[in-house]
Amino acid sequence: MSVRTLPLLFLNLGGEMLYVLDQRLRAQNIPGDKARKDEWTEVDRKRVLNDIISTMFNRKFMEELFKPQELYSKKALRTVYDRLAHASIMRLNQASMDKLYDLMTMAFKYQVLLCPRPKDVLLVTFNHLDSIKGFIQDSPTILHQVDETFRQLTEIYGNLSAGEFQMIRQTLLIFFQDLHIRVSTFLKDKVQNSNGRFVLPVSGPVPWGTEVPGVIRIFNDKGEEVKKTGFKHGGNYVAAQKEGAFELYGDRVLKLGTNMYSANRPVETHMSATSKNLASKTQENIAPNPLAKEELNFLARLMGGMEIKKTSGPEPGFRLNLFTTDEEEEHAALSRPEELSYEVINIQATQDQQRNEELARIMGEFEITEQPEITEQSTSKGDDLLAMMDRL
Amino acid sequence: MYRRERSIPLRGSAAALSNNLSVLQLPASDLMHFGVVHGPSAQILSSAPGGMPLAQRQLQVKVGVGVSPPLITQVHWCVLPFRVLLVLTSHRRIQMYESDGSLMVYWHALDSGDASSAQTLFARGIAASVHFICVGTWSGRILVFDIPAKGTNIVLNEELAGHQTPITDIATERAQGQDGVADMVTADDSGVLCVWRSGTVFTLLTRIPGFGVPCPSVQLWQGMVAAGYGNGQVRLYDATTGALHVQISAHARTICALDLAPEVGKLLSAAEDTFVHIWKLSRNPESGSIEVEHCHGECVSDTQLCGARFCDPSGCSFAVTGYDLAEILRFSSV
Repeated sequence: MSVRTLPLLFLNLGGEMLYVLDQRLRAQNIPGDKARKDEWTEVDRKRVLNDIISTMFNRKFMEELFKPQELYSKKALRTVYDRLAHASIMRLNQASMDKLYDLMTMAFKYQVLLCPRPKDVLLVTFNHLDSIKGFIQDSPTILHQVDETFRQLTEIYGNLSAGEFQMIRQTLLIFFQDLHIRVSTFLKDKVQNSNGRFVLPVSGPVPWGTEVPGVIRIFNDKGEEVKKTGFKHGGNYVAAQKEGAFELYGDRVLKLGTNMYSANRPVETHMSATSKNLASKTQENIAPNPLAKEELNFLARLMGGMEIKKTSGPEPGFRLNLFTTDEEEEHAALSRPEELSYEVINIQATQDQQRNEELARIMGEFEITEQPEITEQSTSKGDDLLAMMDRL
Repeated sequence: MYRRERSIPLRGSAAALSNNLSVLQLPASDLMHFGVVHGPSAQILSSAPGGMPLAQRQLQVKVGVGVSPPLITQVHWCVLPFRVLLVLTSHRRIQMYESDGSLMVYWHALDSGDASSAQTLFARGIAASVHFICVGTWSGRILVFDIPAKGTNIVLNEELAGHQTPITDIATERAQGQDGVADMVTADDSGVLCVWRSGTVFTLLTRIPGFGVPCPSVQLWQGMVAAGYGNGQVRLYDATTGALHVQISAHARTICALDLAPEVGKLLSAAEDTFVHIWKLSRNPESGSIEVEHCHGECVSDTQLCGARFCDPSGCSFAVTGYDLAEILRFSSV
């Protein structure tokens, strides 16, 4: 409904993606001097994050992103993140990419739902940007790109009315409707119920600008307050202490959008979805073409602005597994419920030949890795690990 | 006191919109009809008194081949003197159907006018006023359609100017002691309220300024305007003078729906904070000032509510919808 939603959606989901990748890379981290050729080091991790962040905040790409436009489907947006995730030497199998996207979307859905005011989604975005700047402290060029995006956000969203923010919030919630994937960190922290729904607390501080419920004020003809009574409202709210900062630097107050992952907490997702709502989901995808015409246009435009460094030459791609073992990853790929499949876009199935060619050209540089074949000459880190395990 | 009754299952979950529940109960029939917006489709269903669902239908707005159906903003029944029409507002269009949704009798494409690229065209806010149906738009303009007693000869009669930001909700009430005249209140995203008198030409009676917060839902009863705001407040104004009489810190999040039980003056407020509250409105016979009393509060755990309606004119029962919830929750008094 609001044509100003995409930048917020993209940046926050991107931020969550970086949190997960950072955590997984740290978890598989080996000190540089002790690492074998096939293991991730601190240097590798920093390089991956640098590459992804600089692609995300590329000026041409940001220009396309900030144009007023409608939100497209989760499927279409997933394609953009597939490409982004492969903007570095890192490679992800489809099962890991699925899991990554699940974690990203559920995290941001949670943040949007729990925002006290619709405007606070901007603070959540700033929290993500603050953390992103932490990942690339040593790279002044990329830092400058992020600050520039910050400036753009302030310019566009700084003066939006409460009504416009409410519309952005509603647009985001429509995008996340019917997603109930259970995330282990959320379950353990009791912010998500076992049925996949988030806990909405009825206690704590009220949003900035809202009064604690429970007061009735009566006024006379002259507009003077003449009586004040109370009523029992049922919650346990307190007044808000202070407002979060919307400047480049400052105390955001809100914790939503900060990094909730740490190296010691592996994050799993549970794949059983409630079947009731899925009938409606499949009803919407009746057209044989998986992507509507306008979505293809959107993808071509957006990804045309992405500058991906070609990983040519002797440097191989390093595979990252979002699961604990390769078997788990393979099992996840096979057992993912049909309804939750993101149906990675089959470009050949589109009917529009011209658009198909242009999109295929853009996508040409980028492949989703299939399960790597075991060969003696394989130099990718994941390949060697797989080969080693097979020989055991 | 109210107790939970059996829920009515929905084919699709309710979308995070305001005023996302419409209820129709015709005096001659035992059946209750419900309308809920899912997203690009709206679901209309009828149920027996016990809550058992009987028939259901899904409506969409089809704008062309290969183009995905636009998002629906609201679905609402309009009870007119000689007929009942079901009105659906969406991005780009307004569609009107026979009351069971079986036949579309009229559609209207929204005019882009002087919209900039940063604006989406949509209609939102639906109410019946005597033999007119009034629908709000993204520009703040209100379209007034003249509805014949039967047939499809519906005509756009007038466009009312009074708001500068998107309309959120419209409410109407028959003017006291006068036949064929109704009062109407319209609300918008900046919190401005306009009170109108209907007729062959609508006249603006009062304008109540906003205070920087949207007003998603509004009701009108016996010369009182009840408005629910984005900061959780419910305010009661005198419709003639526009004076603020009562201000309630009712909720901790934005209010999503208000409804009235006209026989007894009960007001229902539902908000994104998971709470529903019921209030009793009255007028002090001596001073004429508006008074309010809190009757009941209900917490629908972990559910961001998006719609709420009384199911009968004396407020003995009510129903609510919530974001991501694929059922209509019902409550009735004990």
